[in-house]
Amino acid sequence: MPMREDIEGTTAKYLRDKYAIVGVGETDYRRGSTLSTRAMATRAVGNAMRDAGLKASEIDGMLSYQFNDSAFSPLVAGDLGIRLNFYMDVFGGGSSTEALIGIAIGVIEAGMCKTVVIFRSMNGFSQVRIGGTGARAAAPVVGDMLHSRAYGWQSAGQSFAPSFMRHMYDYGTTAEQVAAVRVAHSHHASNNPKAFYKKRVTVEDVINSRMICKPLHLLDCCVETDNANAIIVTSSERARDMRHVPVKIRGVVGRCSKPRSDMHYQTGPISTVAGHYGKEILWPNSGVGPEDIDVTGSYDAFTFTTMLQLEDYGFCKKGEGGHYVSDGTIKLGGRRPNNTSGGHLCEGYTHGIAMVIENVRQLRHDADDSCPIGPDGRRQHTYDYGEGGCRQVKNAELSANLGWASPGTGSALVMRRG
Amino acid sequence: MITAEYLGMPLEINDLDKENLDYFAHCSKHDFRLQRCCSCDLFRYPPTTACPWCTAAESEWVAVEGRGTVHSYTEVHHAIQPSFKQHLPYLVLVVELDAQSGKPSAQEALRVVGNLTTPDGVLAPRKDVEAVGIGTRVRMAFTDVAPGISLPQWTIDENAAGKSRIWRYPSE
Repeated sequence: MPMREDIEGTTAKYLRDKYAIVGVGETDYRRGSTLSTRAMATRAVGNAMRDAGLKASEIDGMLSYQFNDSAFSPLVAGDLGIRLNFYMDVFGGGSSTEALIGIAIGVIEAGMCKTVVIFRSMNGFSQVRIGGTGARAAAPVVGDMLHSRAYGWQSAGQSFAPSFMRHMYDYGTTAEQVAAVRVAHSHHASNNPKAFYKKRVTVEDVINSRMICKPLHLLDCCVETDNANAIIVTSSERARDMRHVPVKIRGVVGRCSKPRSDMHYQTGPISTVAGHYGKEILWPNSGVGPEDIDVTGSYDAFTFTTMLQLEDYGFCKKGEGGHYVSDGTIKLGGRRPNNTSGGHLCEGYTHGIAMVIENVRQLRHDADDSCPIGPDGRRQHTYDYGEGGCRQVKNAELSANLGWASPGTGSALVMRRG
Repeated sequence: MITAEYLGMPLEINDLDKENLDYFAHCSKHDFRLQRCCSCDLFRYPPTTACPWCTAAESEWVAVEGRGTVHSYTEVHHAIQPSFKQHLPYLVLVVELDAQSGKPSAQEALRVVGNLTTPDGVLAPRKDVEAVGIGTRVRMAFTDVAPGISLPQWTIDENAAGKSRIWRYPSE
């Protein structure tokens, strides 16, 4: 039997392609789900199991993330008849999905379980709203919040805005350039039957929408919805026998942070975000670079978060993010489309997991658009990206997902068609 | 335990939160002090339980001059807290203090958050909000909330009027 020393284990490279995503599923994006987070989670996990072709007895691990606003794994697993060898429900938002995929690899590698389902379930419109209105606005201001919420500085947009504003100052980035992110994502959403907002918008629509907090207009901000999403991770060896082409995991970054994650504005440049550090982990571990990537999935809580992440992960030179997101590159039909589902700006909001699901479908060459279904039961993609048409990226082989908790903390994931 | 209400929000500092109790107690005397590490002599903001540069636990509260330059900001037009609505638009400023700017490395500084207020700590009127941007020189003011708690704030430094080069988000 080979000893561990025989394997190059000093870097993560030996894990490249060893694990895969084999199932994805979600519930509808709605405002008013009429379901508990527990019921939505069981439906999303059930949909992912059917997508993979896996029975309850073939899943033995579960991970979820939440902000005290969702159901816990033992209840969801119990409802579905899944007996768990491992589970963990962690605190967190937009930097979680990619990090939990890394944790799933780790616990399978450690022999704690064999197949892990990851879910996020939230009634983000009808129960606990992320922006801080409702129940969150009434909670006492304590501890670190005495230096933020007490100043009316509490929603995600308000908190991140000084980074966005400073980028405009440092590099001359314009509101019009960044608005192009919303335009691109709205075009993509118009080809996504699941999307909550399917209407295509223009740069003028974004700039003329009402100001929320400078530099963010209403249409620079994402939609709030109710829904649940789920992803199943297992070994590539097991994945060979499953329904779909496996989507293999090349490399992950989990909650990589700038210095002073308690208040990252203490360390500049404040127009630089966590991707500046994350890229030093992502690309060497994945064995590819930004130029190799066919489709990206960025955390588009705001138009600006997409621009900053693409820039700091090296898809363009530092300071040229405004140009990159507005020159056609990120649109379907462009060199490297971003958020082909419409993302959080248009499809719906679930803390980053939906953009990973979209890229899994892209790499399967099975984007669920309105293209006709052929005799083999698969969509016959037309690559006509006109309104209501196709949203499959032609010959997509490699994707990158960029998760965001704040300017100071992010996660990332590179996947390839197996 | 200090409990207070400010602009409709309940504020609380519990007895175990010694760092914030000390910080806001000094502010309530209009005496701005930050923790200075007893080991490496660097100031830090906001209050922390150890030194971010040398990990030492011991610190002392030392007066720091409340003057600086607006490093970035947001101008809020949509309030989350209902009581802030009467003050729209209001500014949240990230102000780089003159003290310890560029130390211990070129990109580091003490960047202290606050609203733009009048000299007596009331959220600033629109004409002042619209005069401030990146580069504006400001000095500290205080909003008295309750015994033992005042919020440090920022007001336009009259002595620097006309001397600073200011960048604002282009107007619509």
